[in-house]
Amino acid sequence: MKFRTYFKSLVLTFLAIFAFATANASGDEGKKEFDPVSFATHHVLDAHEIHFWGEGESSFTVPLPIIVFGTEGMAVFMSSEFHHDDHGHHVVEKNGMSFVKSHEKIYQLNAGEHHLKMKDGEVDNATKPFDMSITKNVATLFLVALVLILVFRSVGKYYAKNGAVAPKGLASWMEPLILFVRDDVAKNNIKTGPERFMPFLLTIFFFILCGNILGLIPILTNPNLTGNISVTITLALFMLVMQLIHSKKACWSHMFMLPGVPIALYQILVPIELAGIIIKPVALLIRLFANITACHIIVISLISIIFVNQSAAWAGLSVPMALFISVLEILVAFLQAYIFTMLSALFIGMAVEEGHH
Amino acid sequence: MDLVTPSFGLMIWTTLVFLVLLLLLKKFAWKPVLTAVKERESKIDEALKAAEMAKLDMAKLKSQNEDMKKEALAAREQMMREAKETKDTIIAEAKEAAKTESEKIMVSAREEIKSEKNAAMAEIKNQVAVLSIEIAEKVVKEKLSSDEKQKTLVDNLIEDVTLN
Repeated sequence: MKFRTYFKSLVLTFLAIFAFATANASGDEGKKEFDPVSFATHHVLDAHEIHFWGEGESSFTVPLPIIVFGTEGMAVFMSSEFHHDDHGHHVVEKNGMSFVKSHEKIYQLNAGEHHLKMKDGEVDNATKPFDMSITKNVATLFLVALVLILVFRSVGKYYAKNGAVAPKGLASWMEPLILFVRDDVAKNNIKTGPERFMPFLLTIFFFILCGNILGLIPILTNPNLTGNISVTITLALFMLVMQLIHSKKACWSHMFMLPGVPIALYQILVPIELAGIIIKPVALLIRLFANITACHIIVISLISIIFVNQSAAWAGLSVPMALFISVLEILVAFLQAYIFTMLSALFIGMAVEEGHH
Repeated sequence: MDLVTPSFGLMIWTTLVFLVLLLLLKKFAWKPVLTAVKERESKIDEALKAAEMAKLDMAKLKSQNEDMKKEALAAREQMMREAKETKDTIIAEAKEAAKTESEKIMVSAREEIKSEKNAAMAEIKNQVAVLSIEIAEKVVKEKLSSDEKQKTLVDNLIEDVTLN
């Protein structure tokens, strides 16, 4: 009970800070012409630093390490070396390569160039090195891993120590979720041996859930991890790999030799079935990406009402609406984690099903 | 466009982190938790079955108790009946014995009375005889006071003798 009260007040505090921090973060931009579109886009995209508030040299940001593989090999340096430049002017020299940052992308300038030149909206005088930087999303990824390991190591320890007893404390909070994934997600959709897929489904569920929830925490600058297409592509690929590794002969024969279907229709149905293999994970990754990104954009847009109108009075409208959407996002956080896991289980279940005729 | 352009760096990091997470959580969390939960579920299942069994046992025991109670009641009834019978026979026997005893006493009393009576009769007879002799003596003395009378007497006596 105590924990629940703490949790409630924690959520409320975060929501309050969120409104305040977001308002603060964009406070200085009011002086210039405020562009809510670029502001929102900038917010939902990945970044090479964690930007808390302020602009330019006076901003409060946490620099992150940049790891790039250019023509001369690897270069590692902190993003603070760009001195908050995001327009390709400030050059960083490393290992005989010169790098600039433009719109959160790292470019390696061609020899002899001193700043990034654009031509017809394309970069003219630089190449893109392979970027393995610890970006904001990678940092969030580590945070998700850390949170999950801390939480579930303690939960696992509880069960390893106490054995088959009624759960208490953190374990009693996590067990319903674990059982929910096991009974409603795995067992309902995978008829043959759902136990094999439990670690995968549980990990993917809690990974997405934790990523979604961290994205709601304003003090962490609402990192848009699970709303990033690279992350959702990777998760969907994992699902696809699991599905393909475990798919049974029955699934494939069903695909190529459809029972009770005239041969003439095969040339239509077989390509559809084959495309389905790819369409399934694509649907998964787009759903998660779109839902989470959309939620972030809505909240940013609502907050932007204040700055578009250049009046703090609009906060009376925009803050309650942003608060409402933020609360709704908590639901969406659970819902999307559930849907992704449930559909993964469904697709895997279809693949591992033994023939029954 | 940036929004839907995948970054391979992030994809590689995601893959690494997810794989590490999968392995670590599998070892430290999912295995112990799922094992414990499964164990607990089977325990609960067993406990429920045991409770059901205990319920059946109780019912069995209850019916057994009922039977035993019935048996005990029947035994008591039987014993009561037997006791009553015994009592009755004892009383009857006692009555019988008392009857025979009293009869015996009566018989002996009667016999005694009879013998006493006989003795008394004998006594009376003796007395009567003595008295008769005395009377007879007196009568004889009277009768023999004269010769004539003596003669009559002798005659009578002789007559009697002959008659005998």
